[in-house]
Amino acid sequence: MDKMQTDILIIGGGAAGMSAAMSVAENSNLRVLIVDDNPTLGGQIWRSEMGKIKSPEAKKLIEKIEQNEIEILNKAQVFAQNDEKSLLAETPNGAVQMHFEKLILANGARERFLPFPGWTLPNVFGAGGLQALVKSGLSVENKRIVVSGTGPLLLAVAEYLKSKGAIILLISEQTSRMKLLKFGLGLWRIPKKFFEAIKLQSKLQRTVYLTNSFVIKAEGKENLEAVNIVQNGKNRRVECDFLACGFHLVPNIELALMLGCEIMDGNVLVDKFQETTLENVFCVGEPTGIGGVELSLTEGKIAGLSAIDKKEKAKELFTQKEKLQRFANALNETFSLRDELQSLPNEETIVCRCEDVTFGKIKDFNSFREAKLQARCGMGSCQGKICGSATEFLFDWKNESVRPPIFPVKLENLVD
Amino acid sequence: MLMTFDIAIIGAGIIGSACAMRLSKEGFKVVVIEANEIAGGTTSTGMGHIVVMDDSEAQFALTNYSQKLWEKLAEEMPRDCEYETCGTIWVEADDEEMAEVRRKKDFYEKRNVKTEILDEKSLREAEPNLRENLIGGLLVPNDSVVYQLCATQFFLDKAMQNGAKLLTGKRVVEILENGVRLENGDLIKANKIINAAGFWSKDLMQDLRIVKRKGHLVITERYPNFVKHQLVELGYLKSAHSNDADSVAFNVQPRMTEQVLIGSSRQFGVDDKTIDYEIAKRMIKRALEYMPKLRKLSATRVWTGFRPATPDNLPYIGQHPKLENVYLATGHEGLGITTSLGTAEILTDEIIGRDSEIDSKVYSPSRFEKKEFARE
Ligand SMILES: Cc1cc2nc3c(=O)[nH]c(=O)nc-3n(C[C@H](O)[C@H](O)[C@H](O)COP(=O)(O)OP(=O)(O)OC[C@H]3O[C@@H](n4cnc5c(N)ncnc54)[C@H](O)[C@@H]3O)c2cc1C
Ligand SMILES: Cc1cc2nc3c(=O)[nH]c(=O)nc-3n(C[C@H](O)[C@H](O)[C@H](O)COP(=O)(O)OP(=O)(O)OC[C@H]3O[C@@H](n4cnc5c(N)ncnc54)[C@H](O)[C@@H]3O)c2cc1C
Repeated sequence: MDKMQTDILIIGGGAAGMSAAMSVAENSNLRVLIVDDNPTLGGQIWRSEMGKIKSPEAKKLIEKIEQNEIEILNKAQVFAQNDEKSLLAETPNGAVQMHFEKLILANGARERFLPFPGWTLPNVFGAGGLQALVKSGLSVENKRIVVSGTGPLLLAVAEYLKSKGAIILLISEQTSRMKLLKFGLGLWRIPKKFFEAIKLQSKLQRTVYLTNSFVIKAEGKENLEAVNIVQNGKNRRVECDFLACGFHLVPNIELALMLGCEIMDGNVLVDKFQETTLENVFCVGEPTGIGGVELSLTEGKIAGLSAIDKKEKAKELFTQKEKLQRFANALNETFSLRDELQSLPNEETIVCRCEDVTFGKIKDFNSFREAKLQARCGMGSCQGKICGSATEFLFDWKNESVRPPIFPVKLENLVD
Repeated sequence: MLMTFDIAIIGAGIIGSACAMRLSKEGFKVVVIEANEIAGGTTSTGMGHIVVMDDSEAQFALTNYSQKLWEKLAEEMPRDCEYETCGTIWVEADDEEMAEVRRKKDFYEKRNVKTEILDEKSLREAEPNLRENLIGGLLVPNDSVVYQLCATQFFLDKAMQNGAKLLTGKRVVEILENGVRLENGDLIKANKIINAAGFWSKDLMQDLRIVKRKGHLVITERYPNFVKHQLVELGYLKSAHSNDADSVAFNVQPRMTEQVLIGSSRQFGVDDKTIDYEIAKRMIKRALEYMPKLRKLSATRVWTGFRPATPDNLPYIGQHPKLENVYLATGHEGLGITTSLGTAEILTDEIIGRDSEIDSKVYSPSRFEKKEFARE
């Protein structure tokens, strides 16, 4: 098995991880290694589109990273711990042992899916998932698309799909107009965000944006044909080719959990310096709580400085972080899920896609573990990454049992 | 007025649940008390291989008897129990093991267990993913595989249809003359008590001679038809029952879900359930030696479990040597899924006071009172 040695190991090459790497490189001579499972750096939002990176900000960061000779290991997925000071990753060339002095976790987030009748039909996608498919070549030209769910992601995805020639029939947002307005009014505190929001809305100006609204059913014989949407108690049927739906984000905490970091309310618990409850293990970006790019960047900087013991310098960023944190809190509050969504699935609705487990089969259990042991919910290849966050919302179950490997790994890579 | 049960069973693992099913059928008023969730103990970590073993007469008798009971019960088991008569192939790696195949075949044949010797060619036809140059093997066609978690639930469902009561999330902290005391202070009155708490049965009775024997298992994603029989290396027993050293053996199981379940390892004196990479690696390497094509399969999960082991590898079944109101059904080591049904049958016979179909004295808890088991 190949071995790599570094001072500071960063898992995840998104905004948070790259920012942490830069912060270490600019302020010390220590070795940094970024490990990411994608072919390129950038994470969810900056991942390149057919090799081209759009955002000038991201370009600058990536350039700097390359200039600073920060070591990068792409296409490498961390799946287990080797010992206290090393992790194991699977790469196309086999497994790698990565030894470190300090560790920064920057695993990002994934979309939350909630089950409703028909959500497993072909052409029903996750909002971010569809965006990613289009980025890697799927054509949506002249496709009639409904975008639904909750969160700012819906606007970003709609705008993107529109720019690729899709017809956005409507955006259906489950939160209320009241909550959105309150949130919007708070935006003045973050001028840049405000600017972004305006920009987005202008591009989407003529798109129907329904609030207080959600998809209750997707229909179709073999593929999706139409969706049923409610708004304020009124039902409407909309024929469409694709449905892109996402219910905000869920932090990727599996690695932190496996290492033994304490989790609070679903997020990795960190102190002001981004250090977890394990000494010399830091965490930044979405796993510490969904907060968006700017908070991720700031947390990355703080963690980088803390990891090289420049704590005074890290403190200078605290005010900025607090401001962004307040924004993140408001965002999460605005897009918190309404209770009605819990009653969408019927007996036959699949909750666990890997194992085809229906809502009816698990609704009477008392815990995720029971549903897993008796009905195989969450036993499949995603190990509950998808249904775990759905059942947490539906039944208030916690799925905090994480066992290695946190991603499927070839048997040969477990032995050599 | 507190109701008094005829029998209180401690533990809703596969053993306690089988006993509940069987005793309630005889008309006893049964309560099953489980500290956590149904089948959440060792039962949830096992492999689900229902196998007739030949390592001792006593082990053979109990496994063989149980296997027949499974066969009968299978007719009414729901699909989610994933009961499948896939058979076991004991795989023979070298000439040295040839004699062992013959011995094994003779042993089974004399006791009316169907077997079939496979030569190199027929072994490869039966299992094309095994490596070349294996000498052959012994097929035991009536062995099977079950999803023991749903089977446990099925046993309990049957027990409850017979009027048994199930209490989950309730821990027994003390066994009394007239029942058991729960952690919350409640008393559950019962005339007889069955300690079926698996490895934890010892926590309630320090005199039990049960130790943990840790095992690792690995499960893969779905690969249709990758393996068709439960495959076990012939040297399995050599490694399974060496009572000191850590050991691994090739032991691969086809699941009805098309997943491949890979075992197995045995370790003594290890108390924590974290994955031990060194032994897991040895175990996987062993499997790869026999089935090189496993290399490219993806593993989705690795886990560990603790077999409740006794000094002679046989379970405790029957009345406690000193406490008249207490019965034991524990210490089933690596065969408790198989032997759950036989255990329930024997224990029921003893409680009713009738003879069992097989000689049950060999499993009696009082055997450890004898000199040969004296503690040093
Ligand atoms: C599907 C989706 C779409 C989004 N779209 C937008 C958008 O359009 N606009 C917007 O403003 N925000 C968007 N966001 C939010 C945005 O991702 C975050 O605000 C920001 O990128 C957070 O950065 P991060 O570094 O914490 O996480 P990420 O950008 O998610 O980066 C984490 C990186 O770590 C990698 N990783 C995780 N675990 C491992 C592991 N075990 N081994 C190796 N690598 C690993 C991931 O693959 C990823 O590359 C989206 C989020 C998601 C989930
Ligand atoms: C890796 C591995 C592979 C195996 N493979 C096989 C196989 O292929 N075939 C086979 O036949 N067997 C196999 N076994 C063995 C089998 O799993 C066990 O023998 C069997 O599950 C034991 O069942 P049990 O009911 O005695 O114990 P458990 O399942 O542990 O049940 C005991 C129950 O008692 C409860 N309990 C404990 N203390 C208390 C208390 N104070 N109050 C109330 N409740 C309490 C526990 O919560 C638990 O649910 C395997 C075991 C392992 C570890």
